[in-house]
Amino acid sequence: MSNALSADSISSGGSTSESPVESPTPAAAVSVEKLAVHRGKHLAVNGLSFTAEMGQVTALLGPNGAGKTTTVETCEGFHKASAGSITVLGLDSRRHHKELTARVGVMLQDGGVPLGSKADEALRYMASLYANPLDPDELADTLGLNAVTSTYRRMSGGEQQKLKFAISIIGRPEVVFLDEPTAGMDLETRNVVWEIIHSLRAAGVGIILTTHQMEDVERLADKIVLINNGQLVAEGSPVEFTQQDRASIRFNAAVGIDFSTLSAELDDHLSVEEFAPGSYRIMSASDVETLAKLTNWCVANSIPLTSVSTEQERLEDVITRLDLQGGEL
Amino acid sequence: MTTTENVTTEGFTPAPGSAGALKMVSNHAKFEFGLILRNGEQILLTLIIPLAAMVGLNFVSGIDLGTDDRIQVIVPGTIALAILATAFASQAISTGFDRRYGVIKLLGTTPLSRGRLLASRILAILAVEFVQIVLILILGIALGWRAHGNALNALIFIVLGTISLTALALLLAGTLRAEATLAVANAVFLLLMFVGGVMIPLTNAPAWMASFAGSLPSGALGEGLRAAMGSGAFDGSAALVLVLWGVIGSLLTIKFFKWE
Repeated sequence: MSNALSADSISSGGSTSESPVESPTPAAAVSVEKLAVHRGKHLAVNGLSFTAEMGQVTALLGPNGAGKTTTVETCEGFHKASAGSITVLGLDSRRHHKELTARVGVMLQDGGVPLGSKADEALRYMASLYANPLDPDELADTLGLNAVTSTYRRMSGGEQQKLKFAISIIGRPEVVFLDEPTAGMDLETRNVVWEIIHSLRAAGVGIILTTHQMEDVERLADKIVLINNGQLVAEGSPVEFTQQDRASIRFNAAVGIDFSTLSAELDDHLSVEEFAPGSYRIMSASDVETLAKLTNWCVANSIPLTSVSTEQERLEDVITRLDLQGGEL
Repeated sequence: MTTTENVTTEGFTPAPGSAGALKMVSNHAKFEFGLILRNGEQILLTLIIPLAAMVGLNFVSGIDLGTDDRIQVIVPGTIALAILATAFASQAISTGFDRRYGVIKLLGTTPLSRGRLLASRILAILAVEFVQIVLILILGIALGWRAHGNALNALIFIVLGTISLTALALLLAGTLRAEATLAVANAVFLLLMFVGGVMIPLTNAPAWMASFAGSLPSGALGEGLRAAMGSGAFDGSAALVLVLWGVIGSLLTIKFFKWE
């Protein structure tokens, strides 16, 4: 259980996560330090710190009104920080906004494309603002946009999303901000978008994702930054979020077997119980090492298993739970 | 067909950079020009209403234009109306909805700076006005109009009128909600069309109305164009009115325009 991390030990507040990557690597995609942002009189972001690395997908999660959009829009240069700092590619997001516009791609949650424009002309026009854009026709082809002939106003929700996504990456940016990228997309399109995001990541692009779709997070995220009330609730990899004390290994065998020798072989903090006749579980573990110990013990003691499974708390449940905790703070 | 095979890593290697300023401005102007010409409501406002007003005023002799050679007065008035429609009403409405639908916000994240956005908008407006003026002159010739006056003076008023009316359009669109902008822009357009000294010369109007409408950008543009395309004279006070409105409008726009 070396990499297991309980919910409480996932770093929170201003502290950094446990992997000490303090090498003199190029600047992070986004670095937020004790950020506070006011929207009017409301303190939307309150002392938030996190880092999003290049070549990674960082998912910003949290309930509506948690401060996700404000945080992202501050990265994009729309809002002024009341306190703290926010840098994108090592540059102050507001002071160097002009320089960053050429290096950063943005997909807004709502709108952004003129209602009367068609997919191909909007994409070609957007490409013309950059020095070395992707080929708009090729990108439209990849996303299945070349068959869309209607204006943005009359496109389906999924088509509008595809066009907005295409626009965000057309300038071959180093950092991309995606706000709810797959909302309203059919499964096939979503797969293509996931594929492209994987390619961007492999090409070293830093991707910051805000989403409510847990599938996006499970498929894409290298790191989750969970926020609520403008503050960090938890930060870590999806594995760190799910491999927790709520995991278990369940197995079915004969009723009433003596598992004391199994308990003895397992790590100290793991316990075994028969929670229903013939149904057993090893609490707080779902890793293969523990699984191997179980099967070895079965072999050694000639115990036939009728079924065995590992159970993890689903990411969604973890986040709901952490959210509630965070909300009570 | 949508396939995932053509999604290659190499294609997405970052290669950031912005296009040259001139290329950006001309491409954005072209894009906006295309959008204006495709929009039915904009065409109604910028082309059909001015041309219909032109024909109507030519044949409804009940409205006194101060001369029997009506078309000579009507053509410059129609050009003024077309500029009012394009640079003010249409621009205010489209900017209002662009703000509402996040278009200006998204453009704010691209290398197209605000200054370039404004420059390309004015270019697009001038291009639309060129199309309008060509059509107005063709219809005018068909109705008996013959070229008079001083083309350079007319051009000066077209440019001055465009700049000051665009500034006022952006002031309106940048401070009110999109729906309010739509209502106000249309109301102001209709009002000025009839009593703003745009198409009907102020020479026969009561003195108070002549001085009031003459101090509006609409009246100054109409009077200035009628002088330039009639006697050929340069109406200095009308030009001054346009410059003042342009300066005030620009300063207020810079101060109060909300981009989101």
